[in-house]
Amino acid sequence: MNTNATNEKIPVAPAEETVDGVEFDFAMDRRRFVQVLGAGLVIAVGGGSAWAQDRGGRGGRGGSPSAVAARIHLANDGTITVLTGKIEMGQGARTELAQAAAEELRVAVGQVQMVMGDTSLVPDDGVTAGSRTTPATVPAVRQGAAAARNLLLDLAARKWNVERNTLEVRDGRITHTASQRTLTYADLARSGEAAEVFKQSVPNDVTLTAVEKWRVMGTSVPRPNRRDLVTGVHKYPSDHTRPGMLYGKVLRAPSYGAKLLSVDLSPAQAMTGVVVVRDGAFVGVAASTTFVAEQALRAVAETAKWESAPHPSSREIFDYLRQGVRGGVPKNPHSEELAQAARKLQATYHVAYVQHAPMETRVALAEWNEGKLTVWTGTQAPFGYHSELVRTFSLPNENVRVIVPDFGGGFGGKHTAEAAIEAARLAQAAGKPVLLRWTREEEFTWAYFRPAAVIDAEASLDASGKLTSWHFININSGGAAVDTPYRAGKASSRFIGSNPPLRQGSYRTLAATANNFARECFMDELAAAAGADPLDFRLAHLENARLRAVLEEAARRFNWRERVKQKQPNTGVGLACGTEKGSYVAGCVEIAINRTQDQISVRRVCEVFECGAVVNPDNLLAQVQGCIIMGLGPALREEMRFADGKMRNAVFSTYPVPRFADVPELDIHLLNRPDLPSAGGGETPIIAIAPAIANAVFHATGRRIRSMPIRLQTGQDA
Amino acid sequence: MDQPFHLTLNGQPHTVTTDPQRPLLQVLREDLKVTGPKPGCGEGQCGACTVLIDGKRQHSCILPIKDAAGKAITTLEGLSAGGQLHPVQEAFLAEGAMQCGFCTSGMIVSTVALLKEVPKPTDTEILSWMNPHICRCCGYPRILKAVHRAVSEAKR
Repeated sequence: MNTNATNEKIPVAPAEETVDGVEFDFAMDRRRFVQVLGAGLVIAVGGGSAWAQDRGGRGGRGGSPSAVAARIHLANDGTITVLTGKIEMGQGARTELAQAAAEELRVAVGQVQMVMGDTSLVPDDGVTAGSRTTPATVPAVRQGAAAARNLLLDLAARKWNVERNTLEVRDGRITHTASQRTLTYADLARSGEAAEVFKQSVPNDVTLTAVEKWRVMGTSVPRPNRRDLVTGVHKYPSDHTRPGMLYGKVLRAPSYGAKLLSVDLSPAQAMTGVVVVRDGAFVGVAASTTFVAEQALRAVAETAKWESAPHPSSREIFDYLRQGVRGGVPKNPHSEELAQAARKLQATYHVAYVQHAPMETRVALAEWNEGKLTVWTGTQAPFGYHSELVRTFSLPNENVRVIVPDFGGGFGGKHTAEAAIEAARLAQAAGKPVLLRWTREEEFTWAYFRPAAVIDAEASLDASGKLTSWHFININSGGAAVDTPYRAGKASSRFIGSNPPLRQGSYRTLAATANNFARECFMDELAAAAGADPLDFRLAHLENARLRAVLEEAARRFNWRERVKQKQPNTGVGLACGTEKGSYVAGCVEIAINRTQDQISVRRVCEVFECGAVVNPDNLLAQVQGCIIMGLGPALREEMRFADGKMRNAVFSTYPVPRFADVPELDIHLLNRPDLPSAGGGETPIIAIAPAIANAVFHATGRRIRSMPIRLQTGQDA
Repeated sequence: MDQPFHLTLNGQPHTVTTDPQRPLLQVLREDLKVTGPKPGCGEGQCGACTVLIDGKRQHSCILPIKDAAGKAITTLEGLSAGGQLHPVQEAFLAEGAMQCGFCTSGMIVSTVALLKEVPKPTDTEILSWMNPHICRCCGYPRILKAVHRAVSEAKR
């Protein structure tokens, strides 16, 4: 979102999910690839196209599948099943999509079942990421459901020879009041008529229920399968088993970039019931228990000879990333404004590498059956995994099925299929299903990271304290929310890539956290330079009405104007705001400083969040709470430390994520805007917390801490 | 060298023959197919694997099976009887105290242990009791509300 008319049009990297994948080069598959090319190309391509067509095209971004039946299924007992390529990992897609269908079909939400993330059954709704479920898939499901309802009404209207608009429908019962005739959805399913008409396409112009008439959407529907979660009945990907299943382990390099020179598989091969695989750089084992698999892996690892490669340490990472910019970092083009400025300011901000560390690590259960591969796994990208498996094993599309049970957290971290590919390769060799679950240490070391950032900011002010120019460069971490929402005179904001030493990818709001941290801290510095209150300075440069609204409301609820004047020892207040993915957030925090221990504790957070018409208030509140508390981690403590190609803190005991004791007093206000389209709410609430804390540290101590994690001590432990 | 170990799991006697050093969590999940306790960290840091052993909470991921032999083990699955949920499970449902839910088993089992060991816990005692558990969705506020609800219902 950029309201600045004078902003230069500099191309930035798309704010799409950019994730570093892992290339698997299986020698066996090169041979098979040739065979497929020689014998089965026509079949493979033909099968692939048909397969793709059925599910609305590859790489779907939440668009509707063509036929109603691809989205909605009606069983003979009237049970409605919604088919979606979205997955559930805790952000509430299952609930919201069930609400969407129930709303348009005029049934209770309990009558709707969800089939999610099974590539053989569902349309490709794109990756569950980028806060796209609410603005893209909710409407797609509503369109499908509304089309289904209209088709069912048309059937009844034809039967009774009446107009469709004389019919009423409620709880799956269609009524013609004048003639006192009724039909249920189940009646139309049993007669076979529903299935017949559901072959029709979803019309583009189907009318959706207006917000003011919502009965199910806009209410706090709880998660449909919540009971299974508290009883242990729900099977996470980690919990799935298949007959004869083995447990897999993969040999990891002792350091980043290390090359395997030699390995002796025979000690492991001598172990009873152990399958050992070497295929190029891939070495793995499978056994009847994890315990035996670990022993076999140790036996293999003891014989492995490696050649290490140079790798920078986290102490020097920011210099390394700056030096890695090809062609150098662009100069500030606003030399005229700088020359004429009453005041000018320049600052550099750093953001450390962090991990998502979802509770459930990467896991996949792979099973081969007559050349067909089925994988149960936790991923935000079922169809992306499908493509990776198809490519890696040179299989026709229809021979790969990815099934995604509700899984244990992703936060942008589960877009790449390495665990699935590894499990599939082991299962192929073993001739039995294999479950591969990454350890916590593997997850911390080999999963992709939220990229570290170096951000240069420079701005000029005129004599009245107005911004006249703005120059903002994000090195390495990404272009999300890189543009300033403030009126800043001549403005240039951009992301430039570097040569990162670690695998990088998305994380809750991608680079918006880093960019908003730097921008909102810098705005605070500029406010101080202009002699203005941080709130007044922002408002003086802010036109966007939605962003102004959350900022003003947060300040009001926090009593900002009074609080900022109060000087209490070792206590500070700070504020920050921001917008990303069509939603708006502002937060005020109060912190306490423990000077003897150089510790910052966040006492209170007041956050106001607005994402259009709220679909599920209770779930949205949970997401905002989760974002704020999760955001405390990278704001205050979380940071991957590495040296000599080894991760130094790849366990929870040395990578301190937020815990119960870190939870501040929370005052969260959801600003509902039924007049605006619904945007996603599972990400953007995270972007205000870190800069608000850094600004509060300044308020308390007069010191600017320009790095995440925000620490009073300089330097890092290694 | 594999050895037989007798234990009581959720009220049922079992004998498993396995390596004495094997973590209880692996035996529960892989041999006895009880998957309520989750693997989260493998170092007793996150609490996802929490089970009750003779009524006391333990990290099953770092407890060798030999040290669980002869004891009564209760997992999430053992809390509800005959379709009737345990009050702590009800409290978690009532508060919607789960996002991804992978930590939920450990949180619930730990709360059951809290009610047994600290009958009238203060807010501070509740916080420090639960602090060994990680929820990466950071659904802590609702989990805490669920624990408080369970505590106040138990007092009644």
